[in-house]
Amino acid sequence: MKNTMTHLARRQFLQALPAAAALPLVLSASEAFAQVRLDITRGRVEPMPIAVPAFAGGSDDLKQMGKDVGDVIAKDLERSGLFRPLDPKAFLQDLSSLDVQPRFTDWRTLAAQALVQGSVDQQPNGQVRVAFRLWDVFGGQQMEGKGYGTDPANWRRVAHMIADLIYTTITGESGYFDTRIVYIAESGPAINRVKRLAIMDQDGANHRYLTDGSALVLTPRFSPTGPEITYLSYFRNVPRVYLFNIDTGRQEVLGDFPGMTYAPRFSPDGNSVTFAAALNGNSDIYTMDLRTRRMSRLTEHPAIDTSPCYSPKGDQLTFASDRGGSQQIYVMNADGTNQQRISFGNGRGRYGTPVWSPRGDLVAFTRYATSDGNFYIGVMKPDGSGERLLAQGFLVEAPTWSPNGRVLMYFAQSPNGGRTRLFSIDLTGYNQREIVTPQDASDPAWSPLSP
Amino acid sequence: MMKLRFLGVIAVTFAVLLTGCAKKPVEQKAVATQAPPPAPTPPPAPPKGPAPDSIEYFNTVVGNLVQFAYDKYDLDAASQAKLAGQATWLKQYPNRTLTIEGHCDERGTREYNLGLGDRRANSVKQYLIAQGVAANRVKTISYGKERPLCVSSDEACWAKNRRGTSVVQ
Repeated sequence: MKNTMTHLARRQFLQALPAAAALPLVLSASEAFAQVRLDITRGRVEPMPIAVPAFAGGSDDLKQMGKDVGDVIAKDLERSGLFRPLDPKAFLQDLSSLDVQPRFTDWRTLAAQALVQGSVDQQPNGQVRVAFRLWDVFGGQQMEGKGYGTDPANWRRVAHMIADLIYTTITGESGYFDTRIVYIAESGPAINRVKRLAIMDQDGANHRYLTDGSALVLTPRFSPTGPEITYLSYFRNVPRVYLFNIDTGRQEVLGDFPGMTYAPRFSPDGNSVTFAAALNGNSDIYTMDLRTRRMSRLTEHPAIDTSPCYSPKGDQLTFASDRGGSQQIYVMNADGTNQQRISFGNGRGRYGTPVWSPRGDLVAFTRYATSDGNFYIGVMKPDGSGERLLAQGFLVEAPTWSPNGRVLMYFAQSPNGGRTRLFSIDLTGYNQREIVTPQDASDPAWSPLSP
Repeated sequence: MMKLRFLGVIAVTFAVLLTGCAKKPVEQKAVATQAPPPAPTPPPAPPKGPAPDSIEYFNTVVGNLVQFAYDKYDLDAASQAKLAGQATWLKQYPNRTLTIEGHCDERGTREYNLGLGDRRANSVKQYLIAQGVAANRVKTISYGKERPLCVSSDEACWAKNRRGTSVVQ
């Protein structure tokens, strides 16, 4: 079931990559550009001015592709809130001479700190080679450089990979641009909403629907290891957890339970799915090994235990339970032992949807504050300390982490059956952005970095 | 759901018409001047009302909805009385089965509300079983906050949405 190789373009690209592979250009020593660094761990940072001209290309087609590649990279960097791509109209050096050698005095005049210079070339085998260099403008030094051989149809993905490498070079953190979002597309009246599984690139491109809306679907989550999603479907009016292979379209129900199964999430190794199962009104937490189909029960309590999520090491889980009188967040060992409450909120909040950060250092959550009637997205340490609220609204819910643990995406619903939309916000609490979707949207889930 | 709401609208309209007629003073006077009315026939069902074994009768006369308090799943006296009526009706028509839908208001996370809706539906089911309805005639399904009856963000609407709906098959 896992890693079924298919004929999709995305897969072709992955297969092509080792052959044409990553050809480093000139990789200079790394001592010269310590000044072109962003520390993104310290709250709000001043966006770094960066110049991303169109990538050079020979033919008209390649010129257009080069322009599009530069555009996607600049937009990725801009949306991160950490970079300020300069207006190309202000550029002094033309593309053809830049392709020979950057005139750093020209770029210093624009106060650009970094310069991305690239090219797109046709290869004899029908592929294109997209190559770039990242320059430290003040030091006049190359910071990074790499070439990618790919099917021309995959230019967008290469652009995201280059943006990730730029982000990594300058921040020292892994990126999150070469990722996808699976979510629930919503349409129709609020009392009888049509909900469909949908998937798109992190920047909204390559949007498509995965289900037709005939069955109610909720809470999709990505596998950390393969092109697979787990989600809740009301297929034939029986709410059950399903697995869905994005590449093949193959679906299967997870396990055979007498009651509703819901709130699924993969384990970090992708080999298990943890979920809640309801029996006679009582929800408890289970996990199923996808290889052996063996099931383990992790909680056994008359309360509603739901929304389980593994820690990135897989040795613990966090979950929500109302066993203390109102819904709160708990952690436990992966075998169900040592269940400890971690959220308290001075008795004035209900907490749900805990999601462990990919770094392991934080748990993101939804909080309903009984004091003001608002919902919040926040984070706390896995021991419950250091709670910080990042986003607030009439109804904000269901945070999902970027794979580098620096950005959260969630959905926000307006009152009175108003619009439901996706937003992202940095862990610093700054840089809130709407993720534009063709229809209303909820339940976002961020993919890992594409392999 | 569409069908249920549709039936509900018809029932309400019908009730309004009946009330409208009954309140006309002229007719009351006319009746008063008549000879004493004939003794009521044993089944006093109005000739135009739904047949007692019909889904419409169950939904409108017996009542198919019970309400819940915020984040609660216990049944108050009014709900218990209504469910006693449902149980009586089910025992009277043994070929009928029920699916009980548990629903929640929008003031909770999706996943918690799925659990809460399941709890509410089972609360209704257990009450019916305690009244003598066979367990295999009653199924449950939780819709959490996915199928509200109304969409205003106020307490009146939220209270309406916190419900157990008995759907007759």
